[in-house]
Amino acid sequence: MLKWFASLAVLAVFSASGAMASGGGEHKLKHEHWHFDGVFGTYDKAAAQRGFQIYQEVCSACHGLKYVAFYNLADEGAPFYDPEFPNSNESPVVKALAKQFTITDGPDDSGDMFDRPGLTSDKLPSPFANDMAAKASNGGALPPDLSLITRARHDGSNYVYSLLTGYIDTPHGMEIAAGMNYNPMFAGGDQIAMAQPLYEGSVEYTDGTEASVEQMAKDVTEFLTWAADPKMEQRKRTGWMVMIYLFLLSLLLYGSYRAVWRDVEH
Amino acid sequence: MSGHSRYDPKTGIEKWLDARLPIIRLGVDTLIFPSPRNLNYWWTFGAILAVMLVSQLITGIILAMHYVPHPDHAFDAIQHINRDVNYGWLLQPMHAVGASMMFLAAYIHMFRGIYYGSAKNPREMIWIVGMVIYLLMMAAGFMGYVLPWGQMSIWGAIVITNLFSAIPPEAAGTSVTQWLWGGFSVDGPTLNRFFSLHYLLPFLIVAMVMLHVWALHIPSNNNPTGISIKTKADTLDFHPYYTVKDAFAIVVFLMIFSWFLFFMPDSMGHPDNLIPANPLSTPAHIVPEWYYLPFYAMLRAVPDKLLGVLTMFGAIAILFVLPWLDTSKVRSMRYRPLAKLFFFIFVLACLGLGWCGAKLPSDLVFATGVDEAGNAVGFSFVWLSRILTVYYFAFFFPILPILGWVEKPKPRPASIEASVLAHAKGDD
Repeated sequence: MLKWFASLAVLAVFSASGAMASGGGEHKLKHEHWHFDGVFGTYDKAAAQRGFQIYQEVCSACHGLKYVAFYNLADEGAPFYDPEFPNSNESPVVKALAKQFTITDGPDDSGDMFDRPGLTSDKLPSPFANDMAAKASNGGALPPDLSLITRARHDGSNYVYSLLTGYIDTPHGMEIAAGMNYNPMFAGGDQIAMAQPLYEGSVEYTDGTEASVEQMAKDVTEFLTWAADPKMEQRKRTGWMVMIYLFLLSLLLYGSYRAVWRDVEH
Repeated sequence: MSGHSRYDPKTGIEKWLDARLPIIRLGVDTLIFPSPRNLNYWWTFGAILAVMLVSQLITGIILAMHYVPHPDHAFDAIQHINRDVNYGWLLQPMHAVGASMMFLAAYIHMFRGIYYGSAKNPREMIWIVGMVIYLLMMAAGFMGYVLPWGQMSIWGAIVITNLFSAIPPEAAGTSVTQWLWGGFSVDGPTLNRFFSLHYLLPFLIVAMVMLHVWALHIPSNNNPTGISIKTKADTLDFHPYYTVKDAFAIVVFLMIFSWFLFFMPDSMGHPDNLIPANPLSTPAHIVPEWYYLPFYAMLRAVPDKLLGVLTMFGAIAILFVLPWLDTSKVRSMRYRPLAKLFFFIFVLACLGLGWCGAKLPSDLVFATGVDEAGNAVGFSFVWLSRILTVYYFAFFFPILPILGWVEKPKPRPASIEASVLAHAKGDD
């Protein structure tokens, strides 16, 4: 009876968290197979690099990535990690990238702000100075910062992929508000202010991969999932070591328990 | 401590210290005291909770070194911890998932107490101090969830603090919310005081745990038979017999904890809390953390706000008088077939209320048809939560008091020793 009760309690915890997780959009999300899925999952570095290209050439026109610094892109577990450069600030990719940006810094000794080339320690610059400027340029809609987007939505990675590939023809008779676009995957309703961002061949991949809408959506999702959870690989690796350690310890302790209780009827 | 001290100082320095500050004696007598020899694994959750409390304290103190309790910086600070602080990616989820794990262990610990009659004479004070710990945990958990200053943080804080506006204004109701907020809405001053209190409460919990353990040492542990200790043959020393058993259970529990921590750290939280707090944009569903869901369901089950708040707090208040509501002379429900049945329904009701709390009250449990507009109609969650709320209270009153008078318990073993020996021979 008590064992039955125990399994019930555990079940309830799982179903309660499941119940909360299932409160998302009305429409069924597409479920992709992801390289980072599961307890052994890692990021597909090539896909994440292509995804960064999509972010830079398409998304970054409106969306920031304010929690990611340039050097983060070459950290362990990151898209541009290179074991030759354990200090990611020395990564040539990161250095070259940071230099392309102009950052306003200051004030200097005379109290003036000044422009300087980006440093590897700078965060990726956001496209707008503030939320009001972002809204003013986007018809009143605020393009969210993407640093956490795949963790800030139910089933986030599948959500981002579904949204980016979810622009379909408006159903007959449906009124679309001015400046809005039809996308049944959008969590805030069927109409989204963001116009379809990805079209066949929107970017030309440097590695020769064919830039279909699905491919680009998948790549940028891989990249954004990394951006939202940059320590995932480290966490899972540590997790396995902890699990193995605890398992061995539990065997030792169970043995100790049996030894201590050996002569006791119980 | 009850009974004779088992400590015998041998070296000179021990004797010198023992005459002045008998702290080693205190430690020895706390660990080596006679415990029933038949404690099962449900009795390991006390030790598990102690470990979780220490884990929360250590991770929390380190997190506080990097956290900034300011509306403009709190959300960024959590990201800073997760991304930049050494091992911050481990500490922050460890604290957040750890809170869930602590509540899981606490709920099992409480259900065990009810089932085996551990709350009853002579252990009423252990139970009451335990309920105080539970209340403090609820307050600490709630304030802790506000600190990341995400959407669920601020809106959870708005919903919960607004409960106190249910107190009529003539009874100083409005000023209670203003006093809680430190202003006229949930804002910076609220965050700052919640941080202060969130840091304070764990130390109050530690103090209460000491009282809990002290009170436990007076009558010693209850046990699965509920029969009191009669002779020395009924007992084993807590150390090493139960220290080693608890240690094994702790490590098994830590494996479950680790699985969530390393492989699904977001599963216990809500994605909306990774959207920065915005007082102008209300989330579609405001849901508390899973461990408050049953009470949230009760709150929403009652149409009147004040009565809803009273129902919710009443659900916790009634636990304090449980030792006197359970009138049966038999402690353990192992020998009480009817009580056992009602207890399992009670557990299901609690889980069901948690389910209701995660849903919108208007959501349907099952549909029975469609109305004229084509919308599904049927049995809604608000009605399920009403039925379950009624059962929750009915279990404590009148079911438990009446059962104590009408139920005929099954025969009980003569002693703990007798039950253990019968069990060992396979008779039980």
